Amino acid sequence: MSFADWISEPVNWVFLVIGLAVLVSGFRVVTSKNVVHAALFLVGALGGTAGIFLLLSAEFVAWVLVLVYIGAVIVLFLFGIMITRAPTGLDEGLDSERKVWPAFLSLAVFVALAWGSVVAFGTNPVATTGTPTVTEILGESLLGRFVIPFEIVGFVLLAALIGGITIARRDLTPVEEEERVSA
Amino acid sequence: MIVNQFLILSAALFALGVYGLLVRRNIVLILLSVELMLNAVNINLVAFEAMLNTTEALGQVFAIFVITVAAAEVGIGLAIVLMIFRNRRSANVDELNLMRW
Repeated sequence: MSFADWISEPVNWVFLVIGLAVLVSGFRVVTSKNVVHAALFLVGALGGTAGIFLLLSAEFVAWVLVLVYIGAVIVLFLFGIMITRAPTGLDEGLDSERKVWPAFLSLAVFVALAWGSVVAFGTNPVATTGTPTVTEILGESLLGRFVIPFEIVGFVLLAALIGGITIARRDLTPVEEEERVSA
Repeated sequence: MIVNQFLILSAALFALGVYGLLVRRNIVLILLSVELMLNAVNINLVAFEAMLNTTEALGQVFAIFVITVAAAEVGIGLAIVLMIFRNRRSANVDELNLMRW
C-alpha cells in the first residue's frame, strides 16, 4: 500500500488532523513553561485521543475517557497545581537543565517502538470502520468473563479513595486534639 | 485505515511522555507526563481491538481498566504531592533528597 493509496481515503485525513493535534498538545504538555497551560494542553491531547477512539469505532471508551479524564482527572490536576504553587504564571525553573540525554532517550524509545510495529504489522488493516462496538458486548464482557478483575479494580478505587483521604488529611495539633475531645 | 498509523501515533505520544518524565522537576508535571504515557497505551489497546475485532471487545475492556487505575493513581499521587508540599514547601523532585545517598 503506497502513501497515495493511504491518503486517498478521507478517513485518513481526519486521522492526520486529529493525530497532529494530539502530538502538538502532547508536546506542549511536556514543554510548556506555565503549569496551568500544561494541564490545559493535556485536555487537548486527551480530547484528540477520544477522537481517535471514535475513529476506531470504540464509542463507549471514548466517552469514558472524556468523562473520567477531562471531567475529573484534569480538575484534580488543576486543584493540585493551585494548591502547590501560588504563582501560576511563567516559571523558568520547571525543567531540569539536562535536556539532551532525555530527548535522545525518548527519540530512541520512539524509533524502537515505531520500527517494531512497522516490522510486526506492516499494512495490516483495521477491521471495522463505521460500525461502533455495541456497548452491550462490552458490558457482558465486563460482568461476565472479566467480573473478577472488574471487582478488583473497584476495590482498588475504594482503597485509593480511603488512602487519598488519609494521606492528605492534616493531622491535628495536640492543642486542637484537646479542644476536640473536650467539645 | 491501517493499524500501524495508530501504533506510530501512540509511540510518539509515549516518547513525549518519557521526555516529560525525565525533564520536568515539578511532581504535578511528572504526573501529567505519566498520564500521556498511559494514554498512549490506551490508543494501542483500542487499535489492536479494532484490528483483531474480538467477540468480547477485549482491548476496550482493558482500556477501561487502564483508565480506572490511572484515575486511582492520580488521586493517590496528588494526595502525596499535597503532603510533601505541606511539609517541605516545595513540589520539585530534586529538592526531595532526604532519602538519597
